[in-house]
Amino acid sequence: MTNLHLAVALDGAGWAPNAWREPDARPAELFTARYWIDLIAEAEAGKLDFVTIEDGLGVQTDDPAQVQGRLDAVLIASRVAPLTRHIGLVPTATVTHTEPFHISKAIATLDYVSRGRAGWRVQLSAKSAEAAHFGRRQIPAISPDKINDPDVRAVVADLFDEAADYVEVVRRLWDSWEDDAEIRDAATGRFIDRDKLHYINFEGRFFTVKGPSITPRPPQGQPVVTALAHNDIPYRFAEKSADVVYVTPKDAADAHRIVNDVKVQHVFADLVVFLEPVQNAAILSDARVFTGTPAQLADLLLEWQEAGITGFRLRPGRLPSDLRGITRGLVPELQRRGVFRTEYEADTLRGLLGLGKPANRYAAEGVRVA
Amino acid sequence: MPKQIHLAAHFPGVNNTTVWSDPAAGSHIEFDSFVKLAQTAERAKFDFFFLAEGLRLREQGGQIYDLDVVGRPDTFTVLAALAAVTEHLGLAGTINSTFNEPYEVARQFASLDHLSGGRAAWNVVTSWDAFTGENFRRGGFLAESDRYSRATQALETAKELYDSWPADAIAADKENGVFLRHPDAGTFQHTDQHFDISGRFNVPRSPQGGPVILQAGDSDAGREFAAATADAIFSRHGTLADGQKFYTDVKDRLAKYGRERDSLKVLPAATFVLGDTDNDAQERARVVRRQQVSGATAIKFLEQLWNRDLSSYDPEGPLPEIDPDVSDEHIARGRASVRMHRDPIAVANEWRQKAEAEKLSIRDLIIEVTGRQTFIGSATTIADSIDHLVQEDASDGFILVPHVTPGGLDEFADTVVPLLQEKGVFRTEYEGSTLRENLGLAPR
Repeated sequence: MTNLHLAVALDGAGWAPNAWREPDARPAELFTARYWIDLIAEAEAGKLDFVTIEDGLGVQTDDPAQVQGRLDAVLIASRVAPLTRHIGLVPTATVTHTEPFHISKAIATLDYVSRGRAGWRVQLSAKSAEAAHFGRRQIPAISPDKINDPDVRAVVADLFDEAADYVEVVRRLWDSWEDDAEIRDAATGRFIDRDKLHYINFEGRFFTVKGPSITPRPPQGQPVVTALAHNDIPYRFAEKSADVVYVTPKDAADAHRIVNDVKVQHVFADLVVFLEPVQNAAILSDARVFTGTPAQLADLLLEWQEAGITGFRLRPGRLPSDLRGITRGLVPELQRRGVFRTEYEADTLRGLLGLGKPANRYAAEGVRVA
Repeated sequence: MPKQIHLAAHFPGVNNTTVWSDPAAGSHIEFDSFVKLAQTAERAKFDFFFLAEGLRLREQGGQIYDLDVVGRPDTFTVLAALAAVTEHLGLAGTINSTFNEPYEVARQFASLDHLSGGRAAWNVVTSWDAFTGENFRRGGFLAESDRYSRATQALETAKELYDSWPADAIAADKENGVFLRHPDAGTFQHTDQHFDISGRFNVPRSPQGGPVILQAGDSDAGREFAAATADAIFSRHGTLADGQKFYTDVKDRLAKYGRERDSLKVLPAATFVLGDTDNDAQERARVVRRQQVSGATAIKFLEQLWNRDLSSYDPEGPLPEIDPDVSDEHIARGRASVRMHRDPIAVANEWRQKAEAEKLSIRDLIIEVTGRQTFIGSATTIADSIDHLVQEDASDGFILVPHVTPGGLDEFADTVVPLLQEKGVFRTEYEGSTLRENLGLAPR
């Protein structure tokens, strides 16, 4: 049996609305570096492939009894990068209201400061309230019962098409410098070989971007692009844009069906995880909620792996307790069963995921021309 | 007590000040270079570390300019990572107010301020040109005349966002189940010529209540903008007479905004060359100037004034006899300095006369006219000069620009800083935990 891949999704005090009230929760420290350093160090001690960090361009809720507020996830990842050595760092960044040029250089730079451990969870925003934070476009309020109306589907399809163009721009900018573009040739006084820098000249329905990036190609070439997807429109987006897709099967049969539907290199299943002891795991969730022992969770993961799932993004219900349940309970259980690493086998996130360093699309063009 | 000096370290930039050909020159991209310079600055008790930014690679004659360092990392991302390897050093980033939206940039600065424990600073720059705009979905959307009004409103809007969370908004009261003490924390509504936004900001109030604001504009509008909004001004006026004139000008503008004279720090950019003796330093400075202005670089500089392709000219030969092209279309793009030459034909005539009188080649002339280093001398000479300029109100300190990455500040840290400390004009320990405290600014 091949090894499975394990990631955890970090969000505030955990995915349960009342997680911040748990005895070992640290709700007053959610906006400090120390809080995130401790969590990600715990994940790294568990030899996990990567962590994702949730983010958004608005508050999570209007309920004062729940956690509100977030720090920028790219900056959290960057703050933690110099203090970790192996674990992949995959912040969420929203594409709908932001500039692909900025996100491209931010993720490239995260790849530099982490020496090849950067990824990106692409997120789009269909919320009218978040559009109002930017004031440059209107997005109609979408109510959940209208999600299959043709008008609503058209709005959503456009947002995903825009996201696909955005990722294409980000990826082209990452390749816009060839790896050996910096030559420092004292004889001619040239710092770069400008023939190895490329205008990306992207022109799409939504925007145009000229390039090249101001940041040289990142160590991994292409940092790992990931996306959460629940149905056909996002599945097609993920196939076009992502290296890892997070999906939300109900059971092994559903996992099998999804794996046959969405063709992405890595298909990770999302699970909300409460490891015992559990008093009340009542939570509304898009992903299946697991409650039980590490051994029971290991059984479930292996069953889903049989169905074709290559990895899991576990969403700890409570932090830090369910994260520790994963790193100190589930991981040793999987190691005993011989399906999870006991030491990090690679220095980059692509390496951990078995993805090679991709050729530069522009360098390849040059070869063809020659 | 004598006036206290403030010092900052500028990571070497993408211009010919930076000597990338020096055997000691390291990477401009690898994180280790940033760590090295930042840790040297912190060891020397500097106020802050400074990153510049440009959002389009420079071009000349329709091609990417290749003689200087090219390429740099993302500003916010590097500063957040540096917060992990420093404890006290301020972290200042240059961020453009034209190609960023207030909600996003405010959450990035507020996040950086949280993640660094109160050490964030924003050097607010403006641009308007369609050339830079080609990298952005909005394109070149702004008229030049509107760039300061957009910057002013962007900054004002960002301040409203920082202030939208009361300092005590988070109760995190587990027992009673109250996370937010103020349920409407973050609520904002802002409408002006440039922005029409409303909703809720999602980053709680940060340790400094928002970043320290730096500003670098030199025009009348730029100085007014600084007087109205900035905590420190990054100027180009590093000499005694010129510095005093600038210093008085901007400090005099503060009163009409109800501000105290010491609420705005004037920090000119400064280069330096140290030597064991003053003569030794002069000799080293001459060598550095020749490294900074190669023959090829001299021709490119000349092209920027002449606005013509001069690649057929010999840098060791005389200046061109033809006159500059004064059409609007400029040969160099993405470079602030190209607008410096207001009357190119007059400047060209001056340069030709100077070259003829002093028997200077193109390269010699460019070395002469593009400015020598601000401070040249032994450590004692430089420490005395810096102290004199600050005590005589030509500045409140300096933003030092080393010419070698990343070790170019080491000698200054080891030799000049101890002398300033002995004079009692520079800290031996950080006074506070935030940048605002170390700069002696009132809390916001």
